[in-house]
Amino acid sequence: MAGRAGIFMIAGLAFFAAPGVSEVRASDTGPPGNGAPIWAECSGCHQIGPEATNAIGPNLNGIFGRKAAALDNFQYSKSLARAGRDGLIWTYETLDAYIANPRVFASGTRMSYPGLKDAAKRADLLAYLRDFSDKPRDIPEAEPTARRAMPELSADVRALAGDPEYGAYLASECLTCHQTSGADRGIPSITLWPTEDFVLAMHAYKQKLRPHPVMQMMAGRLSDGEIAALAAYFADLKE
Amino acid sequence: MNVSLNRRSFLGTLAASGAILSAPAVLGQSRPRVVVIGGGAGGATCARYIAKGSAGAIDVTLVEPAEVYYTCFFSNLYLGGFRDFDSLGHRYDKLTGDYGITHARARAAGVDRDARSVTLEGGETLSYDRLVIAPGIDFVDGSVPGWDLSRAGIMPHAYKAGPQTRLLKAQVEAMPEGGTFCMVAPPNPYRCPPGPYERVSMVAHVLKARNPTARILIVDPKEKFSKQGLFEEGWQSHYPGMITRIGPDFGGDKVEVRPDTMEIAIDGEVEKVDVCNVIPAQKAGMIAAAAGVTDDKGWAPVNPHSMASRADANVFVIGDASSQGDMPKSGFSANSQAKVAAMNIRAELTGSTAFPAKYSNTCWSLIDTDDGIKVGASYEATDEKIASVESFVSQTGEDADLRKATYEESLGWYAGITADIFG
Repeated sequence: MAGRAGIFMIAGLAFFAAPGVSEVRASDTGPPGNGAPIWAECSGCHQIGPEATNAIGPNLNGIFGRKAAALDNFQYSKSLARAGRDGLIWTYETLDAYIANPRVFASGTRMSYPGLKDAAKRADLLAYLRDFSDKPRDIPEAEPTARRAMPELSADVRALAGDPEYGAYLASECLTCHQTSGADRGIPSITLWPTEDFVLAMHAYKQKLRPHPVMQMMAGRLSDGEIAALAAYFADLKE
Repeated sequence: MNVSLNRRSFLGTLAASGAILSAPAVLGQSRPRVVVIGGGAGGATCARYIAKGSAGAIDVTLVEPAEVYYTCFFSNLYLGGFRDFDSLGHRYDKLTGDYGITHARARAAGVDRDARSVTLEGGETLSYDRLVIAPGIDFVDGSVPGWDLSRAGIMPHAYKAGPQTRLLKAQVEAMPEGGTFCMVAPPNPYRCPPGPYERVSMVAHVLKARNPTARILIVDPKEKFSKQGLFEEGWQSHYPGMITRIGPDFGGDKVEVRPDTMEIAIDGEVEKVDVCNVIPAQKAGMIAAAAGVTDDKGWAPVNPHSMASRADANVFVIGDASSQGDMPKSGFSANSQAKVAAMNIRAELTGSTAFPAKYSNTCWSLIDTDDGIKVGASYEATDEKIASVESFVSQTGEDADLRKATYEESLGWYAGITADIFG
């Protein structure tokens, strides 16, 4: 129900937000170039620039280098708040991963955006956002020391078919904390995820690209096949 | 839904692996029988996973005198006023109703391993194909001079959740103004390594509000303890000046208690106290010794790959009572070990697949309101022991948001693990 209300609000706000965006675009703060048309998709919920305030989404001024979920006067999803507490900083790399597939990056995010698959378009959008952060010239296109936030997985690993019986045994370890009912107080729900998202999330923990220490440890010793088995098991789990 | 899923996968494996050949003796007869002694985090989990995974192919009896089980984990939060006592209680209704497990409401009195039978206190005997022993802990007689179980009404141990826990809470609340709470901490190994120190934190939390001039004295035979830096940092910031710990270098290993006069003597020096929480040295629950599967230290050595007793392949010992290597004695560990035992018992009795064992543990502790910390590790089986692979622990100086999130995570964990144990 909350999701439906959200969609209506996005539709309604886009009209109000649009004039503000064109002002920003016309300003001389930077060369947004190719990123501006893509920003138009974001501007239904997010504002950026001198007059920006928090709307459906938080304002994105100074987003580079900021801790996730760091604005006091914006109510973030539990997922992003948790990521922030766990130490997630928005960098070129982490923003790129988040925009590519928000729900894989932060499963419970309220950003109802399906993701931007085209890496070149993401680069354009990030170039646009950079111009609204402090000292943009000091923010490299990609920090040489930055950690990737998305795991690099071969097509073979992504295509692995999991053995649900093995998954059922392995899952017993997950179920000490995560509940089959999908209850998510304090500990997130992991049931009924698309298998690809599950696989990406687990590999992100395994490669220590996602920050939570328990999950890094749990995922760290799972093989590719075991992750696939878990994904297969939880994708179909009914109570 | 789980039942049909598991029946399907069970039949599939049976056909695919040719497993019938591997367990002919048992498959030929009527339903194989498993008896589980102890309905706590280890025993109830094991009973549930055997019954669930075998979908009725194995007859499971849980021997547990209590109708309602109170978890030891989180009982400190009851002491601190963060939970009510009833929230620690769990019934066996789902295990019996949803999984067809028989609940024998009795205490196990003896085990005849040659006859493969368990005798209950009332004299009834239960035969088994596989036995799971999960009795938790008992106390070592004489480990704290002056104390034995008959004095627990005056100086409670409160280390098995139940009336003892309530007694200790009542004593703390009745302490005179400026009085002394003393804890005699146990030597290693014992149930729940951070437990005594979380308890001290919870008692301090209560005293800070009700009786701020009271003090807490820990008499400890150990040089160091679990999450020590984190606890000491927390005590310093939340309860400055309230808590004193006397380690073995100042006689913490030479304590005698005098319940009749409410005194303790530390290396001969006598001190009057108002509450004395004696947590004695521990050993496996007595039925493990009665079954003849314990070693000279009082714990039951097990095969790290399966949790089967080193003394008898038909007997599995899980949880606190087992001697397995690096895992701490905790509800989380017991739950983890129970699943490995259940998988192996099913494989032996019905030919389902036995996968390589995986174990893990995380212990959360609360220092004060919204100030949660945790420690955890993953483990693998070697031939010699269950060996730690990787570990993590909360850091000193973490910000308040992270500590609050850790506490909330522990609440989620409690809901998760109790659903996993009791259905």
